[in-house]
Amino acid sequence: MPSDHFGPIMLKVNDVSMFFGKVAALSGVSLDVREGEIHSIIGPNGAGKTVLLNCINGLYHPQKGEISFKEQDITKIKTYHRAELGISRTFQKIELFRGMTVLDNIRLGRHIHLKSGILSGFIYLGKTAKEEIKTREFIEEEIIDLLEIESIRNKTVGMLPYGLQKRVELGRALALNPKLLLLDEPLAGLNLEEVEDMARFILDISQEKRWKVTCILVEHDMGVVMDISDRISVLSFGNKITTGTPSEVQNNAQVIEAYLGEEDLYATRR
Amino acid sequence: MLQEDNASVIPLQINEDLTLPKVLVETAKRYGDSKAAMREKEFGVWRPITWKDYLDNVKNISLGLVSLGLKREDKVAMIGDNRPEGLWMEMATLSAGGIAVWLFQDSLMDEVAHIINHSDAAFLVGEGQEEVDKALSVQGKCPFLKKIIWDDPKGMRDYHDPLLISLKEVMQRGRELDQKDPGLFEKMVAQGKARDVALLFYTSGTTALPKGALLSHYNLLTMGQNMMNVDPCTPEDDFVSFLPFAWIGEQMMSISCGLQVGFTINFPEEPETAQENIREIGPHVMFAPPRMYEQMTRTVQVKHLDSTWLKRTLFNTAMKIGYRTADLKFEKKSIPLGWKLLNWLAYTVVFKKLRDHLGLSRIRNAYTGGAAMGPDHFRFFHALGVNLKQIYGQTEIAGISVLHRSGDIKFDTVGTPITHTEVRITEEGEIISKSPSVFLGYYKNPEATTKTLQNGWLYSGDKGFIDEDGHLVVFDRTKDVMILSDRSIFSPQYLETRLKFSPFLKDAWIIGHEKPFITAVVCIDYAVIGKWADEKKLNYTSYHELSQKPEVYDLVEKQIREANKSLKPAAKIHKFVNLYKEFDADDEELTRTRKLRRSFVENRYQDIVRTLYEDKDNVHMDTTITYEDGRVVQIKTDLHIRKLPV
Repeated sequence: MPSDHFGPIMLKVNDVSMFFGKVAALSGVSLDVREGEIHSIIGPNGAGKTVLLNCINGLYHPQKGEISFKEQDITKIKTYHRAELGISRTFQKIELFRGMTVLDNIRLGRHIHLKSGILSGFIYLGKTAKEEIKTREFIEEEIIDLLEIESIRNKTVGMLPYGLQKRVELGRALALNPKLLLLDEPLAGLNLEEVEDMARFILDISQEKRWKVTCILVEHDMGVVMDISDRISVLSFGNKITTGTPSEVQNNAQVIEAYLGEEDLYATRR
Repeated sequence: MLQEDNASVIPLQINEDLTLPKVLVETAKRYGDSKAAMREKEFGVWRPITWKDYLDNVKNISLGLVSLGLKREDKVAMIGDNRPEGLWMEMATLSAGGIAVWLFQDSLMDEVAHIINHSDAAFLVGEGQEEVDKALSVQGKCPFLKKIIWDDPKGMRDYHDPLLISLKEVMQRGRELDQKDPGLFEKMVAQGKARDVALLFYTSGTTALPKGALLSHYNLLTMGQNMMNVDPCTPEDDFVSFLPFAWIGEQMMSISCGLQVGFTINFPEEPETAQENIREIGPHVMFAPPRMYEQMTRTVQVKHLDSTWLKRTLFNTAMKIGYRTADLKFEKKSIPLGWKLLNWLAYTVVFKKLRDHLGLSRIRNAYTGGAAMGPDHFRFFHALGVNLKQIYGQTEIAGISVLHRSGDIKFDTVGTPITHTEVRITEEGEIISKSPSVFLGYYKNPEATTKTLQNGWLYSGDKGFIDEDGHLVVFDRTKDVMILSDRSIFSPQYLETRLKFSPFLKDAWIIGHEKPFITAVVCIDYAVIGKWADEKKLNYTSYHELSQKPEVYDLVEKQIREANKSLKPAAKIHKFVNLYKEFDADDEELTRTRKLRRSFVENRYQDIVRTLYEDKDNVHMDTTITYEDGRVVQIKTDLHIRKLPV
């Protein structure tokens, strides 16, 4: 349920351009993501949605423009420093460690917050042990419960059906305890029931008091995007057309034009 | 036949004043914080709840309910998975003099509305969002409903209906009332009398709308005592509560037996993790309907098909030894030393590990009841050394009247009556019983009550007889007994359970009452046959398509031939058809406890029944299926009919 009250600007993308050779994947894109909202980025295939996500979390470095997170310029800093600041993401194509268990994959996401070094890790006393116990509690108590994956906790990820792997990936991203979560097509390839579950989880992550994570969602399932987003930005050929509430975006003439020929814009799976 | 064996093993004095809450208070006083009353697996860790915690929670909830307006004899309907809060709620209701009504977790909206209305429940307790949604959608139809209580906060942040209240708030209200009026709880508990109604339980009803059976505290307490006179439990026992609270069998163990003895009740983390959690606990007693044991057998059989040559050989050899020793025990012959030795070897090498995987490593008594169990399954578990026994009873007698004794098990019988219980057969062959646990009557249904209760005797509607050893043999529901071509009487359930011993067959429906021969409608096991088909490189996209493959028909035919071998000529199956879907309780083909509703399926699939007795190879089906998400799909298909050479 979209709400009207959002906090201050959390992420500011200012006039960002990104070129691959002579192809402009993004040209002068600006947008604000406010604290607490689910901000969706939509657009036809090749509009530059994933490129924008990659710029935000540091996989790509834009040639022009700035990105700031909580009023700190992050345009130049490395991916893992951005992770430490609280930006986490999931991938369109699942990027999990297939030979490891669900629990271990989730724990990996937590790794960044462990302060003890390799040496004290070997000795495993005092602080290290305490830290590990706390981490374990954090992961088990909250993420596994939230994502309802109790029954597969000790299963190897590679053996799980696709829909569950997607959930595990979300779990790992959450283990970072992020402030901003970038979700790249979390619903792609899921069946109806899995889509409904995933949409529920995203809402929980965004609204539940324990989490309150701001989300940027790149997604093609318009039914879900319109249902759960607070605001939507529309990209087309690397340009931002508009930002607005779901109903504003649906009635925008430019958006309709951009999607011309793609009649499934408002098509839902239901 | 009246049984008086080992009476008074349990010292509890059941008199006109004793109620379940009084037993709870006593047991909690005895153990306090020194012993776990319950354990729940949460966040991956087993967390104990001591007897003191148990009582404190019950007290707070009970007073909270009173502050919300619960009066004596008010009904509280409950729905949700097995969890400590469920039992607290039930005991809290009883402590305040209320009556507990449990609903099956998977009940459809109409069923929920019917039961809430019929019972005029003032409160509905749901576990979380799912149950609250169900409750809110029927609230308009349920004028008596005062409050809907929920306990799992997940997803509940946007629910602000004034009808809703969280369990936390209820408990807070309870604590406040306790401060204002200390001693109120104790006073309420003291007011209870043994003959007060404790439970209003809706029977699953293979025939008609569910009927509400009224059971008193006395009924439940005597039931537990009389059962434990036969098979004592100890306070150190572990029990896993994973079957619906709405099933009387779960109430027998968790409430009637559990409270009296004070054993520990363990709650699985989630329904999906139950099997794993059972293994972690390794319970001493277990009571489950046959399907649970059938599932275990199936798991073993499927794993067996999959494993290596060496493991298969070891298993087969061990099972031969196990079967031999079990058969000797059934025949009450002494087991020669050589066989004892071999059996010990088989146990060490195979059974020990296998039983551990099934969660049966510490099991002392495993009970089955609620429906008939096939002899093959019985032998299977006894071969593993699991003391599996049949319970016969019904909700109207608090769940149990007849039980197998250890060392006196015949798998075609259900055993002998428990203590203080009399069982007779009427001239018409109907089983009737009398015991302190016979229920008070049906709620708002005097007609059914007078039919079922006559001079203190409970008329079961089941047909049966008492054999030469004094064991009760239950045929079937009176109307489900069939007459074969040779005019002999036969139980279709018996044939069905025989077929279900094959891991490939999930369900079967036997037809043949007053017909020239017997036929079967079979539901294949999608997972098992699906895997079998994958290995055979057979392509299929749906249950329906898979079920109609000629190769699958060959496979099913093989299973039926196997079952036919040991049947008398008139009972052999002549023809069968694979159904295009599984039987489903949501389609009303099964009851919520998964019993086949014969008259319903006979009507629904009358085309199949008719064609099976014509000289045709196919039956044309034109029907619609409603999926859970509301989609309606039309199915037009031809089902093959396969003839067996008999």
